[in-house]
Order: sequence, then structure tokens, then C-alpha cells
Amino acid sequence: MDYSIKIGGEAGQGIQTIGDTLAKVFSRGGYYVFSHQDYESRIRGGHNFYQIRLSDKPVMASREKIDILVALDKESIILHEKELSEYGQIIYDASTLKQKHEKEYFLDIPFANLAMEHGRSKIMANTVAIGAVLGMLGMELDIFSGIIEETFKKKGEDIIQANVNAARAGRHFAVKECLRCSFSIGPLTKPKMLIGVVEAIALGAMASGCKFYSAYPMTPSTGIMLYLTSKAKDYEIVVEQAEDEIAAINMALGASFAGVRAMTGTSGGGFALMVEGLSLAAMTETPIVIALGQRPAPSTGLPTRTEQGDLLFALHTAHGEFPRAIFAPGNPEEAFYLVNKAFDLAEKYQIPAFVLFDQYLADSQWTYERFDLGRIKNIDYRLRGEALKNLSEYKRHAFTETGVSPLALPGESKHLVVTDSDEHDEEGHIIEDAETRIKMVNKRLFKKLIHIKQEIEPPLLYGTSSPDIVIVGWGSTYGVMKEAVDALSKDKNIAMLHFSEINPFPLTDKFDYLKVLKDAKRAICIENNATGQFARLMRAETGFEFKTKINKYDGRPFLLENLIGEIDGHIGRL
Amino acid sequence: MATLEDYKGQTPAWCPGCGNYGILNVFKEALMELDIEPHQFTIVSGIGQAGKFPHYLRCNTFNGLHGRTLPVATGIRLSNHGMLVIAVAGDGDCYGEGGNHLIHAMRRNINVKLFVHDNQIYGLTKGQASPTSMEGMVTKAQPSGAFPEQLNPIALAVALDCSFVARGFAGDIEHLKRLIKEAINHKGFSLVDIFQPCVTFNKINTYEWYRQRVYHIEPEYNPEDKIEAFKRALEWGDRIPAGVIYRNHRPIFEEKIPAIKKSVLIKQSFDNSKIDSTLKEFY
Repeated sequence: MDYSIKIGGEAGQGIQTIGDTLAKVFSRGGYYVFSHQDYESRIRGGHNFYQIRLSDKPVMASREKIDILVALDKESIILHEKELSEYGQIIYDASTLKQKHEKEYFLDIPFANLAMEHGRSKIMANTVAIGAVLGMLGMELDIFSGIIEETFKKKGEDIIQANVNAARAGRHFAVKECLRCSFSIGPLTKPKMLIGVVEAIALGAMASGCKFYSAYPMTPSTGIMLYLTSKAKDYEIVVEQAEDEIAAINMALGASFAGVRAMTGTSGGGFALMVEGLSLAAMTETPIVIALGQRPAPSTGLPTRTEQGDLLFALHTAHGEFPRAIFAPGNPEEAFYLVNKAFDLAEKYQIPAFVLFDQYLADSQWTYERFDLGRIKNIDYRLRGEALKNLSEYKRHAFTETGVSPLALPGESKHLVVTDSDEHDEEGHIIEDAETRIKMVNKRLFKKLIHIKQEIEPPLLYGTSSPDIVIVGWGSTYGVMKEAVDALSKDKNIAMLHFSEINPFPLTDKFDYLKVLKDAKRAICIENNATGQFARLMRAETGFEFKTKINKYDGRPFLLENLIGEIDGHIGRL
Repeated sequence: MATLEDYKGQTPAWCPGCGNYGILNVFKEALMELDIEPHQFTIVSGIGQAGKFPHYLRCNTFNGLHGRTLPVATGIRLSNHGMLVIAVAGDGDCYGEGGNHLIHAMRRNINVKLFVHDNQIYGLTKGQASPTSMEGMVTKAQPSGAFPEQLNPIALAVALDCSFVARGFAGDIEHLKRLIKEAINHKGFSLVDIFQPCVTFNKINTYEWYRQRVYHIEPEYNPEDKIEAFKRALEWGDRIPAGVIYRNHRPIFEEKIPAIKKSVLIKQSFDNSKIDSTLKEFY
């Protein structure tokens, strides 16, 4: 069982509500769910869609073929009719769309009229549509009714009942009228967790003891701020919407200097404004975590779409030479753990640490049995309380064997905490002399880097251990690449190497991934960008050059069939 | 109780005769008289001659980027609102590069004390016009004279309902000391704009120029009258007022934030166990 449902329509028609609700019904039913969204940078109108895949086996990418299309506008039919699978079905409301379709795969469901009739309001048309989809799939309404009850608890029993009636009417209509419907989705099992990357990043921060988040709203990072805000009181987190991204990173640095774990989040354009602050974090050795949500650029680009275009930007930007950690999770679970690792390394080595994601990942939802809190590491690396008070002397930037100086809280003891954006001495005061400069660079950069490198995990090898064909990627392509390996490994000796810990570039001593690459007949680097930034990085760091690259830079994510086709095309030429 | 010696920092690298010396000396006296020890406060500074100020004292110091003192100071205050946080900046730093942050710090009313060393010129970069340079001031970068109208930081602050607005003069140190102490004691964002003659690059706004014009606001003046404050804020030319020009008692930003109602952020212990129940919301 592997079905895809697409809800298409204009912004403001409630596409996301329908999509989120269906995804929740399926995950509570114990099915595996993957969803992604595609929308324009506007609040009303245009064309948007929400796509959900459900299966009894893990799914982690969207497919091209659609089994049920919920068309809330005419455009949805024009654009997506051709995506319909062999036994697929389009449901629409002919009276709302003011057009009637006669082909056998169209089913006219009077969403609005049924809503009026059974819910006493046209507003419930979307509830009717959800009921209809569930009916087509042969699902009961118990789970959906439960969700209705939770959603409208505050609005009272009447509204709840009206919605339940509307859902029933939709389901009943579909069961009775959808004669071609032959979907069969199997029995319900234990509910699964349904989570997106944005929430996972925020939860990772909360689980890491993040106490301060300052940001300026920018798609696709705004959700992190919103989720943290919703938990700010409960978790005692200060979440501040700054006047601009420059203020956002500087506030977070102030908070970190004062003694709490601090984070900021943004997208490319906002991050461009933060760059001087990034360099400040490096010079003052102030820990900070930066969530960077990529979207197509240059400049404003395609604000609501996806791209892996900022890897080298995050890696190389900011004046001067200093260490930084860069993580690029491939899914929400990995995001949760890697945000924690980012906080840990940022504080342990007093460096900036990045979590790179993108629009596609930000707007996708995945199902899991559970997240393992046992994997969360929470060590307080700061010097505070009695340990600080009892010191005979303290120097904020003291030279040490590891290059890491004790990080004390200002104001907690008689010891002064002094730091500077100018080059400074061990105490933190401005210097000009060459000798101190060299020692500081050695401390900040070279000494620390030796240790940071040891912390970075090698890429994940998925598939056969000595493959003829290796597909290589980083970050958000994890799911679609993994499914492509599953599909192709039936008759190909294929594997995936996925990098989610990118800088410092992984060493080969724990796992010699370079041998895997060199031994393969073909290594293909797959990236959602135009120039193959990771491929360039791989060559710069290891000397390995990809002969084959698959790049997609239309602002849209890879879809499964499309990626398999492209890989197949390259393998065919072997 | 600290002595003046306790605040003695590095040897200043300012030009001989610089107005900053007067500010530095009186600042130490004010802190000593208020019984605030070096470890009990943090100074955030930026870039410019004023940016070096905290190094010439003994105190917790974050000498950050040009123009970005106030966001850093805000972050520190929100994480540790038990500590006095002072921002020191120049006119280029605070009114030019960091103008946006000044506006929003005043709006928030974060309880930070901002002292602007206003010499009406760029000193560190050797004599270009600053936002407070008088219209027509000729410099190497403005050979036909500065074209823009001079920024009036006092009027800007009054317009934005800044909680405490004062003007001092580095050549009038006893008066300046009173202002520094009042600003530190005031609850709310405080701006003290300090005329600080640049003896090297500003040949117009000299000690003498200020002495001829700056007058003390009379004791019966009510700084809580906003209309009167505007009148004083707009005075410029032959007579320039010094003293507390405007004051209000707006609630401070820190008191509005739920996360720090019970205790200071840095003192809060971290409890990981809640995450488990939060994760359940995703089923």
C-alpha cells in the first residue's frame, strides 16, 4: 500500500488545514506518512498544493503519481490531472468550480452544499472533503472525529457536532458514489509521531537547554521562532523578535556572553546580514547556534521554494579564518539530534555551529515511532558558581593545551570577563603585537580544530557495502535518495552515501567512505542546486572528483520517480 | 566599598586633550560613589574611540562590532537582568551605523544605560562627518560641507518616549557626574548624549565653542513634561541645554517577559524531562 493524495487550490482556501488534518489522521492510524507543500509567496490566490503519501512501509519522499486529487480550484485540475495514477480519482465540487467533468476519474462531490445541509455552514466544506477522502480510502471517522473535538473544544459542542455531521456526509457520499474507488489501506496500528523539521529543530533546541532565541521572521525559518514562542513560558525561554537580523545575532551573542545557550535562525538573505556577527562570535569565542533555512536565491529569489544553494556560503562567509561546525540533517529525527550536537559543540569549543535545512525539509512532515531522549547530550561547559569563585585568577581567553579557554559568567564572581572584537590578549584586552596575534590564531583556529574534527561523524552508507553505483548527497535529499536506492537495488548493486555532518569535513579513519567512492564504477553527486557545491567541497577536501552529477535548480524538490529516472539514465550509460 | 584605584584599567590610547579623559575619570567616580564594584556591571561598546572605553576601566566587557552595542546589551540584560548593563558608543557608532538599534532599544525600554560620546565627527577614521556634524562642516570627505541636516538625538529620543534623556558636556565634569549617576539610578532605557570635543579633527565644536553655548537647565524645570522637553530638545545654536531633558516611568521590557518573571535567566536550572511530554503532542 502506497498512496499519494494531493490537495490543490488557491492560498487561503484551507489547503494546509486539509493536508495537516489528513496527515494527522493517517499517522494516528499508525500508517507511515510523508507530506510536503508547494506554495507561492502570497496570502490569497495563486496556486498551492499539499501532497501526502501514506503507506504501511516507511516513506520519506513525494512521488510524481497521484492517487487522489482534491481539486479546490480549476487550476488544480489543469496542472495535476496528468499526474493521476491508473486508478486515481479527482474529487471536486462542480458547483463551486462552476464546471463539470465527465471523465470516469472525476467525482463531483458537492462539498459546499453538503456542508450547508449537514453542518449549517459553507465553512465546513473542507471538513466534507476530508470525510470524503477518508471514505474513498475506506477509513472510519473515529480518528477524524477525535481531531475535530480537539480542534473545536473551545467553540463548544454545537460546532463539534456540526463538523462531525459534515464529515459523515462527505464520507457517506464518497462511499456511495465513488464506484471506481478500490483503495485498500490495511488495518490500523499504534499511533505514530508526525513531525516536521522546523518543530524538530525547535525541540532539539529546547532539549539542549536553549534559553534564548532571537530572530527576524523569514521563510522558511519563521516556524522555529513561532514554535519556541508557543513554549516560551513553559520552558522559560526568552524569544525575541529583533528589529533586523543584525540585531538578532548580536542579541543572541549578548545572551550567550551573559551565560545562557542562545540561538538564532534565518534564511540566506537574513544570514547575509548576520555575517559580521558570525565573525564576532568567532573572535570573541562566544558559542552560538544558527539555523539556516535555504531557499532559491540570489537575493529574494523564490521565497517559498527550495534549494540547497547556501552550503558554500555558510562554509566560507565572514571575514577572517576560524573554525565552525556545519550540520545538514536529512530528516526531522536527525535534525533533533544534530541541533543538540550543534549546541554541544558550540559551547564545548566556543564556536559558531550551523544547522542547515531548506524549504522542502521545513515544510515536510515525517512519521516516527518515537525520538530517543537518551541520545541527547547536556553538559554544562561553563565556569560558574563556586568553581569560578574559588579561582585565584581568571582570563577569558587564556592559552590552554586544547585552545579552549574556560568560559566564565560575568557578574558571578570578582573575576572580570572581558572580550573584544579586536585581536586581544589572554585577558581580552586589545593588542597590536605580532607574537600574541600568532598565539591567538593558533589557539582559536588550529588547536581547537584538531579536537573538533574528531567529533564529526562520517557519512551514512545505505544499501550494499561494496556498491558498483554510489549516489551521494547531503541534507534534505536523504529521503528521496534512500527510496531511490530501495527501488533500484532490486537489480542494481547500488548504495547511498549521505552526509549530514559537513564541516569540519569528516575524516576517513572511522569509515573509509573514499574507498567506497573510488571502488565504485560510478559515483553520482545529487544536489538541489545548480553548481554542485558539495561535489566541489568533496574535491577540495579529499581530491575525489565526481564525474557524474545530478542537479536540480528549478526551486522544486526531487520527486522519487524523477530521481530514479535520472539515476537510471546515468547507469544505463555504464 | 571600592576605591578609584579598583577601576583603573589599561592606559588610554586617546589623543592628549581628548574629551574622553574627562568622561573616563568622572565615570569611575560616579561608579565608586554609587558603590558599584567592577565585577557588578558589564560595559558593551562598539568601534570608534569610545569603543575602547571599557578597556580603560576595570569591568566586565564586551567590545563588539561597530553600531551593534545595543543588541548585545539587550541580550545580556535579558539573560541577566540582575546586572547593570552599560552601553558606550560614539555618535558614528550609535547614531549612524547603529541607528536602527537605538530606535528599537528605546521602543523596548530595555533597562540599559547608553552613554554616547558625541564629538560631532569621526575620530578613529580621521575626520569625516558624523550624523551629528553640523550642516556645512567641511572635511576631507565632505569638501563642500556636510549636506545632510544634523541629527538631533535628543529630539529623536523624546519623540520615541525614551525613558531617560539627558545631555552632558565632557568639559563640565561635576554636572556630567550627576547625570551619569541619575541615568544609572533611573529604571528604564537611558540616553546620555555627552558633548566630547575632538581636539584633533573637529576644529569647530571645540571646548570653547561648547562653553560659550551650553547652559544648565534650571532646577525648577520639569523633565516629565513632554511638550517642554521637546522645546528644550529643539534648542540649538547660541544656547544649548544640558541636564535631564526628559524622563518617564514606563515599565521596563524585562518586566514584561514571562520567562524571566520568576528568576534571572542565567540562574534557571534546566529540566530535560518536560521534553517527553511535549513530544507526546506530536502523536
